[in-house]
Amino acid sequence: MAGQSNELKLLGSFASPFVLRVKLALSFKGLSYDYLEEKDLHNNKSELLLKSNPVHKKVPVLIHNGKPVCESMIIIQYLEEAFADAGPSLLPSEPHERAVARFWTAYIDEKLFSSWMMVFRGKTDEEKAEGTKQSFAVAATLEGALSESSKGKPFFGGDTVGYVDVALGGFVAWIHAIEKLYGLKLFDAGKTPLLAAWLERFCELDGAKAVMPDVEKLVELAKMRQAQAAAAAAAAAAAAAVAQDY
Amino acid sequence: MDHHLEQQAAESEKKAVKLLGMWASPYVLQVRWALAMKGVEYEYVEEDLRSKSAQLLAYNPVHKKVPVLVYHGRPIAESQVILEFIDDAWNHRGDPILPRDPYRRAMARFWARFKQDKLSPPIWRWFTTEGEEQEAAYEAAVEQLLVLEKELAVSGKPFFGGEKVGFVDLSLSPLAYVIPIYEEIVTGGGGGGVKMVTEEKMPSLAAWMGRFLSSPAVRGHLPPLEKLRPRCQAMREAFLVSARAKVEQQQQQ
Repeated sequence: MAGQSNELKLLGSFASPFVLRVKLALSFKGLSYDYLEEKDLHNNKSELLLKSNPVHKKVPVLIHNGKPVCESMIIIQYLEEAFADAGPSLLPSEPHERAVARFWTAYIDEKLFSSWMMVFRGKTDEEKAEGTKQSFAVAATLEGALSESSKGKPFFGGDTVGYVDVALGGFVAWIHAIEKLYGLKLFDAGKTPLLAAWLERFCELDGAKAVMPDVEKLVELAKMRQAQAAAAAAAAAAAAAVAQDY
Repeated sequence: MDHHLEQQAAESEKKAVKLLGMWASPYVLQVRWALAMKGVEYEYVEEDLRSKSAQLLAYNPVHKKVPVLVYHGRPIAESQVILEFIDDAWNHRGDPILPRDPYRRAMARFWARFKQDKLSPPIWRWFTTEGEEQEAAYEAAVEQLLVLEKELAVSGKPFFGGEKVGFVDLSLSPLAYVIPIYEEIVTGGGGGGVKMVTEEKMPSLAAWMGRFLSSPAVRGHLPPLEKLRPRCQAMREAFLVSARAKVEQQQQQ
């Protein structure tokens, strides 16, 4: 459409798997955009972020011609629909296949992240063990999903990446970071061979390489957060010990 | 001749579309309303969730929950996914469930998620706790309801979907009939007790509730409220009993 600016801005944070999902979608669809990194997401959110996502105050936020869209998978569906003619589709066109893609994305959103968080934020050994057990159960279910959806082809979307590949793809950098931090393989070739192969193949894609964050930086960030949490816990314990004397 | 063909088409559609559900589930109800909006004929199968059928377990092995829509033998699970499917598959028929414009679609999906992530949890907490915890949950729920109130008030439309019921209205639908039941139960049925949605604080939402329940697709398919009330009451009591037992246990240690 002549004369209409198609201005795309993405508010994000380099470590966020949800932001990475949107970057992957933009990359695979060949769409250009201005990226704005939130310098201090935890303590000092930008004016633009607070104005664009007043309800959740979270990234990613896509701003298209000044109008904000929030929530990673909602953004990606928006890109599919608003830029239907530009670049390949991530969602299939057949209604039932679309429903299956949405179903697995909802599953990933509900189960994957929370099971990993149990492992890393679990306070007791029991909690961490339960988290690990659940992580592998979720991976096993996704292994089945990949087998069904791909029908022998390389991706959930078939020959090329689709909606579910991008939904899962957002977590790929953290999967590598976690292996470096803890030696834990979340998509273990022994347990989930299809997912392990998918992981390698996905990371080889030019579209993915173009936007993948530096895994070393994620590792550094995780170590820094752990040190901060340990310091805070130690300080809290010390304060509690002092309070007991009174 | 026309009527006969229509009848045949309806019968063959009924064979093609099956819904596994449970009478008390608000998620199943949303799907029934969506199917009604599209004028789709279907076979309804009531599930006993304490003794799940082989059919349910085969069609939804991942979550083992209702609703499940089965279309020409292919299952779809998760109410939001089903609603989008119904809109896609019967795109040419009835009223649109999601708006057609991409930006408005994104906003509709956003508000449906809002209900799930920000609104349902404090309402549920309010209903299943007492004392300070309940008061805090009440404040949290009201805060989120006011966000919705503003959204609807600013639009100036009768429904979140605009002139007619849409995706967001369906997603919010439990609020329309469940909140009054919860209010009655929490107050102990005495009336004049704690209300969550009042005409003074939330005029648009209060009006929306009545309007939604009398809209064409919804009117014919309300859950049996006389059965629902005791069921909700029993749920609240079970949660309170369990919480009190835990407190006692902790105090004895």
